Amino acid sequence: MLNFLQKFKENLTAKLNEVLSFGKKVDEELFEELEEALILADVGVDTTYKIIQSLKQKTKEEKIFEASKVRKLLAQEIYEILQKDVEPFVLTSPMVILIVGVNGVGKTTTIGKLAHLYKKQGKSVMMVAADTFRAAAIDQLEVWAKRVNCPIIKHQEGSDPASVVFDGLQSAKARGIDVVICDTAGRLHNKKNLMEELRKIRKVIDREYSEARVETFLVLDATTGQNALQQAKIFKEVADITGIILTKLDGTAKGGIVIAIKEELNLPIRYIGIGEGMEDLQAFDAKSFVSAIFQ
Amino acid sequence: MAFESLSERLQGVFKKLRGKGKLTEKDIKEAMREVKVALLEADVNFKVVKDFINSVTEKALGQEVMESLTPAQQVIKIVHEELIKLMGSVESRLNLGSKVPAVIMMVGLQGSGKTTACGKLANLLKKQGKNPLLVACDTVRPAAIKQLQVLGANINVPVFTMGDKVDTADIAKASIDYAKSHNVDVVIIDTAGRLHIDDELMEELVRIKEAVHPDEILLVADAMTGQDAVNVASSFNERLDITGVILTKLDGDTRGGAALSIKAVTQKPIKYVGIGEKLGDIEPFYPDRMASRILGMGDVLTLIEKAQAAIDEKKALEMGQKILSKQFTLEDFLEQLRSLKNMGPLDQLLAMIPGVNKSVLKNVEVSEKDLKRIEAIILSMTKEERQNPSIINGSRKRRIARGSGTTIQEVNNLLKQFEETKKMMKRFADIDKDLKRGKLRLPFLQ
Repeated sequence: MLNFLQKFKENLTAKLNEVLSFGKKVDEELFEELEEALILADVGVDTTYKIIQSLKQKTKEEKIFEASKVRKLLAQEIYEILQKDVEPFVLTSPMVILIVGVNGVGKTTTIGKLAHLYKKQGKSVMMVAADTFRAAAIDQLEVWAKRVNCPIIKHQEGSDPASVVFDGLQSAKARGIDVVICDTAGRLHNKKNLMEELRKIRKVIDREYSEARVETFLVLDATTGQNALQQAKIFKEVADITGIILTKLDGTAKGGIVIAIKEELNLPIRYIGIGEGMEDLQAFDAKSFVSAIFQ
Repeated sequence: MAFESLSERLQGVFKKLRGKGKLTEKDIKEAMREVKVALLEADVNFKVVKDFINSVTEKALGQEVMESLTPAQQVIKIVHEELIKLMGSVESRLNLGSKVPAVIMMVGLQGSGKTTACGKLANLLKKQGKNPLLVACDTVRPAAIKQLQVLGANINVPVFTMGDKVDTADIAKASIDYAKSHNVDVVIIDTAGRLHIDDELMEELVRIKEAVHPDEILLVADAMTGQDAVNVASSFNERLDITGVILTKLDGDTRGGAALSIKAVTQKPIKYVGIGEKLGDIEPFYPDRMASRILGMGDVLTLIEKAQAAIDEKKALEMGQKILSKQFTLEDFLEQLRSLKNMGPLDQLLAMIPGVNKSVLKNVEVSEKDLKRIEAIILSMTKEERQNPSIINGSRKRRIARGSGTTIQEVNNLLKQFEETKKMMKRFADIDKDLKRGKLRLPFLQ
């Protein structure tokens, strides 16, 4: 997480430091600058306004007249949003993890990294190649399965994804696999029939493997803007999302959208992707996230 | 509400403007605040928004507007014009130069849709009578070469690959020789997705560029990109001096503020937009239409063009007239459904009609599977029923449901949908009437 956090810190805090530097007064101009910093980090208009409103009120109540103290308040504010009602993610066995998201966010790569992570923790892992739509998606996942050295269940390209999942679950049960990770085709959340397909997959999992705990992770691209909120909202309705994986944080994208998603939809962020290598996935931790920004 | 589209948002703003006779300075400022929020929610970059707002406010506060008879229309016009200006005022096509083969190089972040865009572009060029070649220079992502091969096979376009162990600049160079000896006139080079801050990988692109001197270097960008779009676009542009942009995933519900941002920072034209997962789902980017669409003025031009591509001109004209004349029966509905299948998703088409907003569309959302069902239901009706749906009573419904293998609810749903459509058509026709009377409710619909 260090790399990413350092970058995040450099990017966002450079701005914040400038804004919240010592000796500045707490005035309307300060809040406007803060607002700009947050919006540029993709936090979103609504959440930004909410945060700013709350900061304004607190500075008034606590009679804070100095800009540098607002920094602590802002850290507190963001931490509270990220941490509110979040229970830590515990890897149990058996567990089925369904990976969903729009096209090109990095689902397949994330699965490779997740499988590697869980294997390192001593779990037996199986991949299910239920992206039967995109050309060569199955081959891509197979490469990862080989790299990580775990079994993979697949059908032909173009076959019914729910039936691949069905087969995968049967096989996992028979072999006593700890964690089954299902890949799915990227789908835009406004494509009704594709979302129905996802609903069906989700149903198959609940029905066929009721003794397993099911986690549905929505993979979000950190470069995505406000549309990520809409994605999270609709995927949550259809597939009962239990957590978010934020990818591509190794770029210059600030990923501030996670704050908005947590604030508006109360979906916890579970992992962050910070590169293309097998190790480039880390558990998300709000505390170090915020403290790295505001220490 | 955060999820309103830019178009809806601006419509809301302008409703307020329309309601007033004359604009005060305060009104304009207030409207601009709303425009600002709307643009930010649409992911237009903060700085781009600031410039935009300043420019529009300045113009709106000018004499001309204040003294004009319909200030509201003037403000809308300025916003519209500025949006077009920001996105480029001329539509821009591929510039393939005179040398053979012409070379197109595709670059972009991971997951922006480069490989798919390569396939779409090849498909498009093939349809225009060219003989394209796809070149697999993505040697990083597992199975990327395979993906390009599958796409190539689908559209019957050859794919040049040397595996993933060869230097990409060498592959690109070798592909040109191959093209020359195989009667290929356009070479499309797919490259690996990379971060704009990854020096090493960006350098690789520069080397490919130097090896083959592309006529076009197209940045493939995700329409859903947030504030970071400016950083990505300007980095790629600085390193490679891109010649244009392909904006992908515009079939999502994003308002695509990234289009504005990218254009503003690179000053390079957006040439094509990706509007679906199928290889035919690509169309030219029309800045003026995009601006109209953003402003909620619909995209009538695209609608008509699509209709022409899918059905012949005469039929398109008839259809247009039927829509306008309100004599719209289930038979027309059926006839349209059949041609609609070739035109693209119905909700997309409806979204192009001015005055149709999302809340209406929710009731008429039709997927391709539904289209087949609807066809079956209508075909199970008698001619009389199709022309006059009001006679369809309970027993007729039962018969129709049995005949089409559907349920009575589905028949009911169809009839409801048909009524909704009719209502919309009526609105469309009313707009037309207003136009004729000179009562311009949509000031820029010509």
